[in-house]
Amino acid sequence: MSHTHPAPSTATLVGSAVPRREDPRLLTGRGRFVDDIDVPRMLHAQFVRASVASGRLTSLDLSAVREVPGVVAAFTADDLELNAITAGLHRPPEEYVPTGMPVLARDRVRFVGEPVAIVIAEDPYAAEDGIEAAKAVYDVLPPVLTEDAALAPDAPLVHEEAPGNTLLDVSLFATEGIDRIFADAPCTVRVESRTGRQNALPLETRGALAQWDAREEQLVVHTCTQIPHQVRTVMANCMGLDERAVRVVVPDMGGGFGIKCVVGREEIAVGAAALRLGRPVKWIEDRKDALTASFLAREQHYGLRAAFDADGHILALDADVVCDMGAYSCYPFTVGIEPLMASSEMPGVYRVPAYRVRGRAITTNKAPTAPYRGVSRPQYVMAVERVFERAARELGLDPVEIRRRNVITEFPYTGVNNITYDPGSYLESLDLCEKSLRDEGWYTRQAEAAEQGRHLGIGYSCFSERTGYGTAAFAQRKMKVVPGFDLAEVRMDTTGALTVTTGTISHGQSHETTMAQIAADELGLELHKVKLHQGDTERITYGWGTFASRSIAIGGSAVRRAAGKLGERLRALTAGLLDVPYEDTVLDKGRVRLRDDPERGLSHVELAEVAYLRADLLPAGTEPGLTATASFDTLSDGTFSNATHGVVVELHEGTGQVEILRYICVEDCGVAINPTVVEGQCRGGIAQGIAGALYEQVTYDAQGDPECTGFMEYKMPTAAEIPDITIHHLETPSLITETGAKGAGEGGTIGAPAAVLNAVNDALRPTGVELENTPVRPEQIQLALEQAAHEHKESAPA
Amino acid sequence: MSSNTTDHQLVSLTVNGTEREVVLDSRRTLADTLRHDLGLTGTHLACEHGICGACTVLVDGRPARSCLMFAVQAEGKQVRTVESLSDDGRLSDLQQAFADHHGLQCGFCTPGFLMLAEGFLAENPDAGRKEIREAVSSNLCRCTGYQTIVDAVEHCAAARRGHQEGNVQ
Repeated sequence: MSHTHPAPSTATLVGSAVPRREDPRLLTGRGRFVDDIDVPRMLHAQFVRASVASGRLTSLDLSAVREVPGVVAAFTADDLELNAITAGLHRPPEEYVPTGMPVLARDRVRFVGEPVAIVIAEDPYAAEDGIEAAKAVYDVLPPVLTEDAALAPDAPLVHEEAPGNTLLDVSLFATEGIDRIFADAPCTVRVESRTGRQNALPLETRGALAQWDAREEQLVVHTCTQIPHQVRTVMANCMGLDERAVRVVVPDMGGGFGIKCVVGREEIAVGAAALRLGRPVKWIEDRKDALTASFLAREQHYGLRAAFDADGHILALDADVVCDMGAYSCYPFTVGIEPLMASSEMPGVYRVPAYRVRGRAITTNKAPTAPYRGVSRPQYVMAVERVFERAARELGLDPVEIRRRNVITEFPYTGVNNITYDPGSYLESLDLCEKSLRDEGWYTRQAEAAEQGRHLGIGYSCFSERTGYGTAAFAQRKMKVVPGFDLAEVRMDTTGALTVTTGTISHGQSHETTMAQIAADELGLELHKVKLHQGDTERITYGWGTFASRSIAIGGSAVRRAAGKLGERLRALTAGLLDVPYEDTVLDKGRVRLRDDPERGLSHVELAEVAYLRADLLPAGTEPGLTATASFDTLSDGTFSNATHGVVVELHEGTGQVEILRYICVEDCGVAINPTVVEGQCRGGIAQGIAGALYEQVTYDAQGDPECTGFMEYKMPTAAEIPDITIHHLETPSLITETGAKGAGEGGTIGAPAAVLNAVNDALRPTGVELENTPVRPEQIQLALEQAAHEHKESAPA
Repeated sequence: MSSNTTDHQLVSLTVNGTEREVVLDSRRTLADTLRHDLGLTGTHLACEHGICGACTVLVDGRPARSCLMFAVQAEGKQVRTVESLSDDGRLSDLQQAFADHHGLQCGFCTPGFLMLAEGFLAENPDAGRKEIREAVSSNLCRCTGYQTIVDAVEHCAAARRGHQEGNVQ
């Protein structure tokens, strides 16, 4: 583990809001996304998808498909003979049941939208005509669509090998004597909290273009994925190819938010079809498929019980977590990702002395789930924050005060969950957030509103998020394929310009700018001399891609290390050429100079010329060329960003609408490499969190047919629903990353649902109603307000 | 475009100031024609049912969803795409405003927002923040939380007004 401290004092770019280098391309329409790539002889694919939620595919007749003008081929599972995509955990059978996800379903289908055949045509219109002509006959089985149905004693089985429709059932923690603590506690509270199924919904749908490169003997796949190296690994495994025979390239990507950090079956099928046909094949997912047959997220149920002392200190937390993972396990994370995340991290920012938790992943006949920005933390933070709100009410304490009495204030702190938290600003962020709302007069306005019969509510959420999970953290989950490290390479050319290659991949997070800031500072280069290369499996040996807020914390640390190594080489070369001790050299503004004689030195250009073009001048023992590689891993429990969110809402009588009047986020992600980028990540995350709290939900009818097939049914918020958001930054540098940066990708999504729900409940306080499930829709609020008005009338003096 | 089930038509339209003639299926959308027949891939498709607005272009100066128009409906019309906004690779004031205010992250919805704003500001140069927010709410963005898009359009509008007033003086 490195204990290198944050960026050196000579740093000029890290910490600056330098303009994004991605922007000119994207603003002028010169970005290149998967569907922007057209190649000669290219064919187009679409998928025939299951029309029943659960059933046996008794016949699949594609003869009429093949007659459709423009259709070139149509393949079933039997035609392509691909291995299933199988992720796994090293856990005993009573804890975990491994299940495979076939690339194309063969005889059994498990959700509406599951692909059963791929149709390839000369143009995308013909491919769509083709899938319409498929004749599939199903022996329909009763679907399992809810948690209760899945866990019912006589429930039909989604996977025959998984009794009770349970794919994971673990009890990670059980403090001895916890029942006695509950029995003796002066105050106990109970919370039942459910979160709706959501779609992460990147604006660019999934897609892939696969073509065989005969000269390189490689299947080249352009695809929009957050994990190109893992797509390569799985594609080779499914097709029985050497891994070197697959190259995965990620061009510009229009968002991912997690659902593109798992391997999709469609991209594998497209690759296999291209190999079979000897022609390039492109597949672009349409919005209906993205809403119904892509990976979904979030549907979870938290049953929490907590014990408190009379002063509001939490004594124990007892949790039962059930996650509805849908029909299949995702690669590489498996169905374990959500319940294991929740189980191991639920105490969060609070000093919880006793903890018991059971976490389950259940399977249902709905589209499978993938990690979505936040991963279980939006849900457990919401449930835990409800616990504190409920306890505050029971004990007559202020909701902020009860948090203040319980948040961790001494660091490092090792929790009851065996996780060691690195320094953060849990209390400071809470205090600043409350002070901001108080100073702006929101508490006064709330009191005035109450007198006028209006319903204003103020709500908070307080959380930390582990970012930059290293190998150790994922290994603890017992994953068979363990993410964690990342690699970086830097290469200086003969003109002194630098190319940085990473294993992470930006899908909106501005890596081209932030990674360049890190490398440029390390080498004393101007920003324009540095370029980032990402998303090509041929350019770097391996990478774990972009998820879990890991890119800057881990990938950025690898970049700084690689650049540091190159800096050492430049200094050694200078020392040799000028015949001075290595220690006397320093990197400074595009050159290496002598520490005590600033006039004397060699520019990067001069050094690069020697390294490549005048190797005859190289000092003895110096290798030609100027490249360096490095890896980085957070070997401890990782690093923890933290934040407090504060929200003011008004509930509108007559409509039940929730209007957000004020939103303040106080965040601490360590050193902010680029504050503008951090703010963008916060705001975007908060918007998705608000969406989950108030608007978005994927629903199914009683037969398991998806009810959200377009944006008319899936209510994604617009500029009219998302308020302006003020962000205050605190900075507690990470001691375990090379840059002092923690992670900033997910926090907004984590904090928003709890804060919004708490604000809604604060506004509903006079009604006595507390809502614990999201999304909170106007009809529930309307009902509560009508009830309150009714009671008010009854109790009013005649 | 080799599908034999539909008839082909010769369509003449003006795209970014240049007259173009294309032979295409009558069912081909304007978006697909711009992107794949004319190579103007700046215009993006994200829902293909007219909600998200990523495919917004200007048709005779007004914002239109190119996924909801057949190319044949653009016969004789003036179409402007995102590629028309910048001059010789230099960002227009609107594009620069988006860059200055971090009004984009992944950039996929951005061309649609730019063309929406370009059309909106041409018709409503005096629009205030509230009206801008309302106009902008007809397109979807998943990255920014919208605030910085509203900021960008508002600042561009203010700068344009300032510029005009400056000219008058």
